[in-house]
Amino acid sequence: MSSSAPSDVALIRAEIRRRKRRDLWFGALGVLALALALLTVVTLFINMLIDGWARLTPEFFTSFPSRRAGQAGILSAWVGSLLVMLVTASVAVPLGVAAGIWLEEYAPKHWLTDIIEININNLAGVPSIIYGLLALGLFVYTFGLGQSIRTAGLTLALLILPMIIVATREAIRGIPQSIREGAYALGATRWQMVRHHILPYSMPGIFTGVIIGMARAIGETAPIITIGALTFIAFLPPAPLVGTPPFVNFEWLSAPFTVMPIQIFNWTSRPEAAFQQNAAAASVILVAMTLMMNGLAIWLRYRLRKNLKW
Amino acid sequence: MSPSSSSPAVSERLARKASRHISERIIEATLFAAAAVSIFVTVAIVFILVRESVAFFQQVPVVDFLSDTQWTPLFDDAHFGILVLLSGTAVSSTVALAVAIPIGTTIAIFLSEFASQRTRETAKPILELLAGMPTVVFGYFALMFVTPLLQELMPELPGFNLLSAGLVMGIMIVPIVSSIAEDAMRAVPMALREGSYAMGATRLQTAFYVVLPAAVSGIGAAYILGIARAVGETMILAIAAGMQPKLTFDPREPAATITAFIVQVALGDLPHGSIGYQTIFAAGLTLMLFTLLFNILGFWLQRKYRERY
Repeated sequence: MSSSAPSDVALIRAEIRRRKRRDLWFGALGVLALALALLTVVTLFINMLIDGWARLTPEFFTSFPSRRAGQAGILSAWVGSLLVMLVTASVAVPLGVAAGIWLEEYAPKHWLTDIIEININNLAGVPSIIYGLLALGLFVYTFGLGQSIRTAGLTLALLILPMIIVATREAIRGIPQSIREGAYALGATRWQMVRHHILPYSMPGIFTGVIIGMARAIGETAPIITIGALTFIAFLPPAPLVGTPPFVNFEWLSAPFTVMPIQIFNWTSRPEAAFQQNAAAASVILVAMTLMMNGLAIWLRYRLRKNLKW
Repeated sequence: MSPSSSSPAVSERLARKASRHISERIIEATLFAAAAVSIFVTVAIVFILVRESVAFFQQVPVVDFLSDTQWTPLFDDAHFGILVLLSGTAVSSTVALAVAIPIGTTIAIFLSEFASQRTRETAKPILELLAGMPTVVFGYFALMFVTPLLQELMPELPGFNLLSAGLVMGIMIVPIVSSIAEDAMRAVPMALREGSYAMGATRLQTAFYVVLPAAVSGIGAAYILGIARAVGETMILAIAAGMQPKLTFDPREPAATITAFIVQVALGDLPHGSIGYQTIFAAGLTLMLFTLLFNILGFWLQRKYRERY
């Protein structure tokens, strides 16, 4: 028995070494998997930058799409994206924040509340193209809003609504109960408490969610194609601000439009290589925009986690 | 009547209090209305899809829809076999999941069990950026970069194919799978890991024999979310997989998915109320039913296999 002990120890040591080696191998595999994901983003961006570099001139931003690839630009696309985002934000943000506040601060324990909660979770999983079909059937043909900026803005607003509601709820949930009790103790009504305490404290968290939602909306293509907005747009919608009273003009809401992702899709589906270059250049700009928005949101959240200690 | 009516100061305060209650009620009702919008959206989606699909199925028998092996809704000799589109969706989703599930799970285990706090804090935002990329850009990438790359390996590969679209879609889904699976694994209590380490298990053994089984419901939910995302993905397939409907189970071939077909029809100018117009709603209803099925499956899985601590 005693004579076999040293070899047992050696065996066990060998086994331990083998297991530690496996640990190391898996660690390497993990790094590799991460690198693959990272490498894809980098390759994608560099590939587009190389393809589109020649087209990234100031004229590209100030020209309309054209039948000649070398003169085509993204003026109508980025203006369209901007205006659609304006509609999306002004619908989705108030609705989403209000719904989030109701669910966290007002909602009774009730079957209706349960239904609304389950429903919001389900809506977050609905494919974006289904929202396009909804918009086509409802906004375009039932409400008669046409294939316009407001239809697109409303569609994307519904699409990102669940994201904003969830972000609002998470931000509110982080606020300790003592804040609410303090406000009530001073005689505040529920809305005064929400307005003066809950909303300001949850603002950075809500803002982060809004930015991520907008980054998602600006890159969405499928629902906007579905409402039938893939057209050749070589003009700008009427300006929202005018020099004469009442200074604002809402005609742009019903104007036909194009947006960045639609323009990219349009150029991608052309056979000529010159148009593919345009698609690459426009993609670089769109990706840069979404990366910047997402980056801002991530940075904000990081700051928030660091500074906020209840 | 009451003391308040005799004293003007008190009555004014009470009056203010009453108005406060009214405005509180109005505000609460407004907030509730905002929350109820989500219900309206769901009802509207179901209503629109069902209304147009009913009109569609009055012209096309359900049996034909489910059993025909051709999909030519816009031809004179119209056939409406949804199986054709489902095959495209199934093949591309399978390719995507074959990429996303192994890579996503590996990343999740690595970040949750192996990586240092700092690695995790750096890797997670980068993965989030990957998830936030516009899909039209991924489509361009699949068509202009991945397909030519694959053609080097397989010279007979056509310019449009399900394989490259599926691969890129897989990479796109990796962050969804990895982040939800990682959250599930991180929620496993530390005491379980410590018990395993105390028994002399390595990190890898702890990860596979202790953490993974404990987090199985969350990981399953991550996979199902990945599947739902793959089935509903549109632009990558519309750009890189071609849009010709074809009953095939070979990923090297071009084919249309349900989503790509909807895009293709929307690109044309179909009159409102025509059979072609109704077709996309029938296709959308099919897609919606599949999404719902996956959602219910995920919900059930989470109920059934949830470990409570």
